[in-house]
Amino acid sequence: MTTERIYAKLLPIIQNYLPEDVSPDEVDPDKDLTRELNINSAHLVDVVLDVEDAFDVEFANDDMESLRTVNDAITIIQNKLKENQ
Amino acid sequence: MKKRVVITGLGIVAPNGIGLTDFEAALRAGTSGIRFFPKLEALKFSCQIGGKPQLSQEKIDTYLSSLQQRNFNANGILYGIIAGMDALKDANIKPADPEAEPLWDFGIIFGTGTSGVDKFREAIYQVDEKNVRRLGSTTVIQTMSSGISAYLGGMIGAGNRVTTNSAACATGTEALLLGYEHIASGQASQMLCGSCSDDGPYLWGGFDAMRVTTWKHNDQSEQASRPLSASASGFVPSSGAGAYLLESLESAEARGATIYGEVLGGAINNGGQRLGGSMTAPNNTAVQKCISKALENSKVTASEIDYINGHLTATIKDPVEIQNWCEALQRSGTQFPYINSLKGMIGHGLAASGSMEIVATLLQLKHNFIFPNVNAEDLHPEIENQVDSNRIPQKTIETPLKTVAKASFGFGDVNACVIFRKI
Repeated sequence: MTTERIYAKLLPIIQNYLPEDVSPDEVDPDKDLTRELNINSAHLVDVVLDVEDAFDVEFANDDMESLRTVNDAITIIQNKLKENQ
Repeated sequence: MKKRVVITGLGIVAPNGIGLTDFEAALRAGTSGIRFFPKLEALKFSCQIGGKPQLSQEKIDTYLSSLQQRNFNANGILYGIIAGMDALKDANIKPADPEAEPLWDFGIIFGTGTSGVDKFREAIYQVDEKNVRRLGSTTVIQTMSSGISAYLGGMIGAGNRVTTNSAACATGTEALLLGYEHIASGQASQMLCGSCSDDGPYLWGGFDAMRVTTWKHNDQSEQASRPLSASASGFVPSSGAGAYLLESLESAEARGATIYGEVLGGAINNGGQRLGGSMTAPNNTAVQKCISKALENSKVTASEIDYINGHLTATIKDPVEIQNWCEALQRSGTQFPYINSLKGMIGHGLAASGSMEIVATLLQLKHNFIFPNVNAEDLHPEIENQVDSNRIPQKTIETPLKTVAKASFGFGDVNACVIFRKI
């Protein structure tokens, strides 16, 4: 799956968890999920569960640790999809 | 010097009415909130009826964002949030600004019996399937007992004491008295108090197994809950939430708040599961002491009580409760106060019963009426022997009310009684 297609599928998932004072337009690949997009850090686990369902992958504990930005998520998903093949 | 405490806001999510206007209309009309639940029949419950507030998605959307509703499965918390936020609004108090300091003089004591039973069930299945990692981030906050006070605390920005109490069916009445004491002793100026309860088979099943719910009225739900009646055959399980904004009189007067009534005082005690009391049955001496002590603490004589909102669950214990009131007040026959039970309309709301009944009590006090005892047309002979039937209205009556009593009794031999007065 291309980076663009992954991003297109990932974007609405992330937008679901934005607090009310962050506009959905502010999401871009370089943004830090908790520090810049203000997603409640407790919600990161929910973002990951939704990603797992959408892409049919499973994050390991160290994947969670390396997840900071939208780009990190895309990289992790790409690697998982390769492993699945 | 104790501070005087008044009620300046109410909120209600009941099986027969959501919001004060609909609930008061339902009280006056004697509207039932009991329905048949096919799921209870499918699960082979003896009692296949119950009470559950009817909330539209549109209503829920005005209290919880779509993000808050994701993976949310805790009815009691939902009912408590709506009742609590409605009480705040009714009292004309605004939540703290998101960027500002919390409200340091505003606290919350909001009780429940269990929290997020349905969410807990989901979690148990996930864990047993070795899927603990899939529980998500909100399982804890929905299933912790203090979930309801935690949700309300954040929505309001409460900065004083924020906690959850639990005293079985006396939870709501206990919450009110704990909040009253906190304000009376000068430690807060406003306390949002109340209680809520989950519903459904996983909460009601235990009561079904105990055979304390009725199995005789599955095809006539509106006649099923029969407090004070000779044909009472067990309670009907129910749910919902009631909330009250308690406030020091000086704070209420300073901001020109509407006052429903003053909390004169009350008492909470325990029968110690002695002298006939047990885990599930009341010690009558303790019940009478609780009522007497509530009067004493309120500096009110028994003759001043105009009206009693009873606990009266529609079990064989109703005549015993009446006897306890007669003994404690030393009043009977035509001299007995008016008395009624909300449970005839909405069943037994368990941990939410006391708070929904307190809201009903305060609406009657404020608007000078007494709602009808539905399904009590065949009064229990042991009750009729003690209290004149005119004191147990079958139809709504309009009558001036000044001083009223509300009591709740629960498993664990807990008792709570509060006295309100119009000012």
